[in-house]
Amino acid sequence: MQEYWPYIVIIVAGWLATDIWRWLGVLAGNRLQEGSEALNWVRAVATALVMAVTAKLVVFPTGTLESSPLWLRLVAAALGFAAFLLAGQRVIVGVLVPLAILGAGLLWL
Amino acid sequence: MSSATSDISHTRWFFTGMRGLFSLPAIILMISFVGFSAFALESGVSRAEAMFMTVAVWALPAKMILIGTMTSGANLLAIFLAVSLSSIRMMPMVASLVPEMRTERTPTWLLLFLSHFIAITAWVFAMGSFKNVPREGRVAYFAGFGITLVTINMILVGVCYGLVAKFPPVVAGLLFFLTPVYFIASIWATGRQSVVKVGFIVGAVSGPLLALVMPGFDILVAGLGGGTLAYLFDRYVIRGAQKQATVAIAESTSQTDEVV
Repeated sequence: MQEYWPYIVIIVAGWLATDIWRWLGVLAGNRLQEGSEALNWVRAVATALVMAVTAKLVVFPTGTLESSPLWLRLVAAALGFAAFLLAGQRVIVGVLVPLAILGAGLLWL
Repeated sequence: MSSATSDISHTRWFFTGMRGLFSLPAIILMISFVGFSAFALESGVSRAEAMFMTVAVWALPAKMILIGTMTSGANLLAIFLAVSLSSIRMMPMVASLVPEMRTERTPTWLLLFLSHFIAITAWVFAMGSFKNVPREGRVAYFAGFGITLVTINMILVGVCYGLVAKFPPVVAGLLFFLTPVYFIASIWATGRQSVVKVGFIVGAVSGPLLALVMPGFDILVAGLGGGTLAYLFDRYVIRGAQKQATVAIAESTSQTDEVV
């Protein structure tokens, strides 16, 4: 029993706790019509949620970045986004430019 | 005959989806999973548990929270609550994807099964690539992508576990930063509707600010409250203005018609 306990925890508190929300999402999404106002609202909520999580990773990182200056992370993300827009929204530019700025900052500051 | 052709085309779209493994989002996610296997080892989670977790939970943030609460010795209910609070965001993500992927004949059980493979990366990938896939092929396409991605990452966690105990600090920092900057660029680039861009800005600004004001509920409030504000702004200000502009153009043309 003792050796199976972590797996029971993963099934109940990991798998069930995440999939419940996915299943509710399917049931809710099945009632949404493409082009409807309700779907537009759900899109806005989903995007705002994901971006809130994302922005928190930049502002409140965990691990080694925790000790790096906030301004460096913000400048790297902001300049990277500007470069991405200038490059005609090429995702690879939006990934490499902020990483280069952050890497340079971490090495030389 | 027609059913045989459609079977072949489903298989074809499944394989096309599998090739998504070589896309930028999938590669970035795999790098993050190498980081996850180092984190699991450091936290005292066994190789088999880390692999099982990857298949069972899939979403990376939820797994981090699961490990964090598991190893702190919290009881089952407390772990369940912490993980499920962090996973509420799955619901609107899945709900916004389902109308783009189902056809009238797609059975609900299939969507319930496939929803397991949705996490942020797969969501961003699907939102971006569905426009290149005909509607009838989207379920097979997503299945090919999602199932392959989960399987490969499970193997990756098993292989990398113990291989890298710790990265040099600069590498670890860059690995961590990869995920948010990738999301920022790809969500903006794939947002076809103006409402996505407004939601993007509102979420990015309100997330960190609300974290200071109401830690623990910040993501929920930023999503529901911020998302609703973004929706209203988009509907009545942005699209409202567009509609007025079209009406104005229509009126001016009809006036010229009258003059002529």
